[in-house]
Amino acid sequence: MAKPKKKKNRTFTRRDFLKGFGGGAIGAAVTPSLLAQDKSALQTQEGKIPLFTKKQIALTVNEKKFTLIVESGETLLHVLRERLNLTGTKKTCGRGECGGCTVLLNGKPVYSCMYLAVRADNKNITTIEGLAADGKLHPVQQAFIDKDAYQCGFCTPGFIVSSVALLNTNPNPSQEDIKKALSGNLCRCGSYVKIYDAVSAASKSTRRP
Amino acid sequence: MKKAKYFTEPEDSTLLYHEECRDKKTREPKLAPEPEKDRFEIIGQSTPRIDGKRIVTGRAPYTHDIKLRGMLCGKILRSPHACADIVSMDLSKARNLPGVQAALQLKEGRVRYVGEQVAAVAAKDEKTAEDALKLIEVQYKSLPFAVTVEKAMEEGAPQVYADRDRRNVPTKPFNDYSRGDIGKGLNEADIIIERTYKTAVEIHHPAETHGSVARWEGDRLTVWDSTQAIFGVRDGLAYWLKVPASRIKVIKKYMGGGFGSKLGINDYTVAAALLAREAKKPVKIILSREENSLCVGNRPSSLQTIRGGVKKDGTLTALYLKNYTSGGIGRGDRCAEPIIDVYTCPNLKVEEYTVYTNTGASRPTRAPGHVQGTFALEGFLDELANELNMNPLELRKKNYSTKNRGNTGIPYSSKGLDKCYEQGARKIGWKKRNKKPGQGNGKLRRGVGMASQIWWGVGRPPTLADVKLHRDGSVEAVCGTQDLGTGTRTYMATITAETLGLKPEEITVKLGSTEYPWCGSSGGSTTTPSVAPAVRDAALKAADHLKNMAADKLESKPEEVRIGKGKFFKRSTPSKSIPFKELLGELRRETVFHGECGGRPSDYAYNTFSAHFAEVEVDTETGQIKVLRVVAAHESGRIINTQTAESQVIGGVTQGISTALFEERVVDNTTGNVVNRNWRDYKIVTSLDMPEIVPVFVDSIDPHINILGTKGLGEPPRIPISGAIANAVYNAIGVHIREIPMTPDKVLEALKPKEVRENE
Repeated sequence: MAKPKKKKNRTFTRRDFLKGFGGGAIGAAVTPSLLAQDKSALQTQEGKIPLFTKKQIALTVNEKKFTLIVESGETLLHVLRERLNLTGTKKTCGRGECGGCTVLLNGKPVYSCMYLAVRADNKNITTIEGLAADGKLHPVQQAFIDKDAYQCGFCTPGFIVSSVALLNTNPNPSQEDIKKALSGNLCRCGSYVKIYDAVSAASKSTRRP
Repeated sequence: MKKAKYFTEPEDSTLLYHEECRDKKTREPKLAPEPEKDRFEIIGQSTPRIDGKRIVTGRAPYTHDIKLRGMLCGKILRSPHACADIVSMDLSKARNLPGVQAALQLKEGRVRYVGEQVAAVAAKDEKTAEDALKLIEVQYKSLPFAVTVEKAMEEGAPQVYADRDRRNVPTKPFNDYSRGDIGKGLNEADIIIERTYKTAVEIHHPAETHGSVARWEGDRLTVWDSTQAIFGVRDGLAYWLKVPASRIKVIKKYMGGGFGSKLGINDYTVAAALLAREAKKPVKIILSREENSLCVGNRPSSLQTIRGGVKKDGTLTALYLKNYTSGGIGRGDRCAEPIIDVYTCPNLKVEEYTVYTNTGASRPTRAPGHVQGTFALEGFLDELANELNMNPLELRKKNYSTKNRGNTGIPYSSKGLDKCYEQGARKIGWKKRNKKPGQGNGKLRRGVGMASQIWWGVGRPPTLADVKLHRDGSVEAVCGTQDLGTGTRTYMATITAETLGLKPEEITVKLGSTEYPWCGSSGGSTTTPSVAPAVRDAALKAADHLKNMAADKLESKPEEVRIGKGKFFKRSTPSKSIPFKELLGELRRETVFHGECGGRPSDYAYNTFSAHFAEVEVDTETGQIKVLRVVAAHESGRIINTQTAESQVIGGVTQGISTALFEERVVDNTTGNVVNRNWRDYKIVTSLDMPEIVPVFVDSIDPHINILGTKGLGEPPRIPISGAIANAVYNAIGVHIREIPMTPDKVLEALKPKEVRENE
């Protein structure tokens, strides 16, 4: 059986990615606002479109504000893991195929390995570390424990973040909704059916009467 | 044998693995088994993982997450050639790149596959390391190669190894087994058929790619490694680095899957340690998904031909298996164990040959050999049943065995396969299958099929564990084992808690360091039957010691003292009690109790069993197979934690569906490359492909294996599912797909002759 249209909207090949974002980055680089922000990184030469190599960005991660200078090709995943030490977000494939690096960006799930850090400027990001509030687990997190919806646990942060995103927009999902919403996340240990149970249980526990 | 200059991977890792799984070295049992199930309050129940909170909050530390002061990023340069001689290598440009702190040559002479490690660098960051790799100048003399089995088997094909006694297809089989008289057996048969089955090369692809971090402090080395075998890695490092094992510490707290690909010392781990020594800074090497596709193991392919005979009443009289299996530059898999062992058959012959190709070496892959062998054997039985016009399940029952080696060997210590048949058949609705394969009409056809499983799953008697009592009332359970996500931490807590009358969350579990008591690798379904009895043994000793202390206080005899709900009390007067914590305060010092996994009687065969039942729907227009429902009935002795055991079964079934329908490494004979090096092109099962999965554990406590009567469960659920799906497809469409993965093209191809037949 051929794989059904998996992750249709979210999967890009490396090639698509470079095509899309390379151009975008250059486009952004000539905007006056950017030049004003980081002049040092940009040496404008007459007749040439300047390429920036570094840029200062501000972003909010798990309700904390950060300002940092990022490289043009640096991914949001790299910033989170290597610079902010938020290692709960995993690098599993590094090319937008598995969802292990899923974070919420302004409330929407994105693959942080495919999201350039410069694009995250002024954005609000929630990682797995930011889901529990005041030491109390998010209902999805609790449901993953109760239903044993993991084995090695490596893909779990990505699955939990995707599940939270689903319940935020659809608090009462059917099994089909859950399967579709999580089809962009791969679990190699094979815990999918337990994950549905967990998401389903979490939706019941968060549902308003 | 002279030690090679550079790291070389053992060629026959899967065979060594089988030997280890089988573990013939049993000793006299130390303790009588305790089969009284009802006495337990926590063991056998569903206990949530004690480390669940760390996992769901992203705070469980995996090797990928290790960060040390001054740590460098290591990268490996790999051969772009499937076969070539290294003429020269120049590292100077790479070394001179600012930010590079070490560069090493790691290979000389011949490279035999695309992806073989040749050199390594360590630099201040990933980008610099990648740039440095591009500056390494290697001159190769490329040579002809054979990456597919077909090409390697051709006359005059380029040979993978130069030595005469190791041709691409060695003349001598690596597995050559026979019993009875195959000719006589075939003569006695009423029906003889011959069928050929083919299985593809699979890649393990654990979620966490392979990786190591190495740090030297003087002459002491600490390595964080994503491994299933901390002690194996330690000993391997000691060998390759010529450093005493006593000065090496290997740590693995959390690991993102291994499935057999992380069972020993790896070349990149040695490289990390060498780079760290040269740079005098810690070095971290994390392989990419692409590298995972090339050089850290695979499940060997198989091409199995079975010729077998059966009497009209279904009695098997003869089975003859010939297998060509390829594990790249490593050995193929021993696929014959199921056919040798599981069904009564007096006359049997097996010949298995390795085919060498210029691809990465195989490694044990969750149930090595058994996945391939079971797919072929179980398919063959269904085809026999069809010839006999017999219910396939009845054919299996007809040839049921109670002794190993096809009922010619020693008795199984316990065998609950009959119960698996009964409960599995009932739960799937066996009666609703097509009485005649392929009967019915319409484009969507449904069918039900089943397959049986055998695996080992015994413990390793030398496994050690400690239970440590502290004067403040706290308790530790300690063992140098690994939790691969299988729930080892949790059952170490459950067993200790059960024995000492505490709650699992009150136990501090320590594992994953070579500084703890010895335990073998976590592979071969050996971890639970090794660690669980060792922990139980240690906890029982602690309980005995405490009962003696409590007896004095309670003015009672030790055998009269009971433990429960955090208290010690006299059996006759439970009202009078001493709190657990108070009694531990009376200890003169913290006290350690050493436990061991005992031996077992050598006059039994110790195996695990299951039967999987699958219901599928086949779209005869598109060739797509949809698995609708799976019932997986297992006998693995006593189940210690039903919740994690269910996860284990569901995971095995899920991976097996992936094997049956999707997974195949594709290589290209023109370039020698692996074509599908990522998770987009190498298909694995996704959430959209999942059926309902019903795990069943038949009630069974092995009376001989160990003090808890528990067997392994890691491999078993991975084994029969692809055969069960193939048989369900057969039941649905009336033609047998003898090749996995059963992709739509193969289904349509298999349907073609039937169409032609029907039209004529």
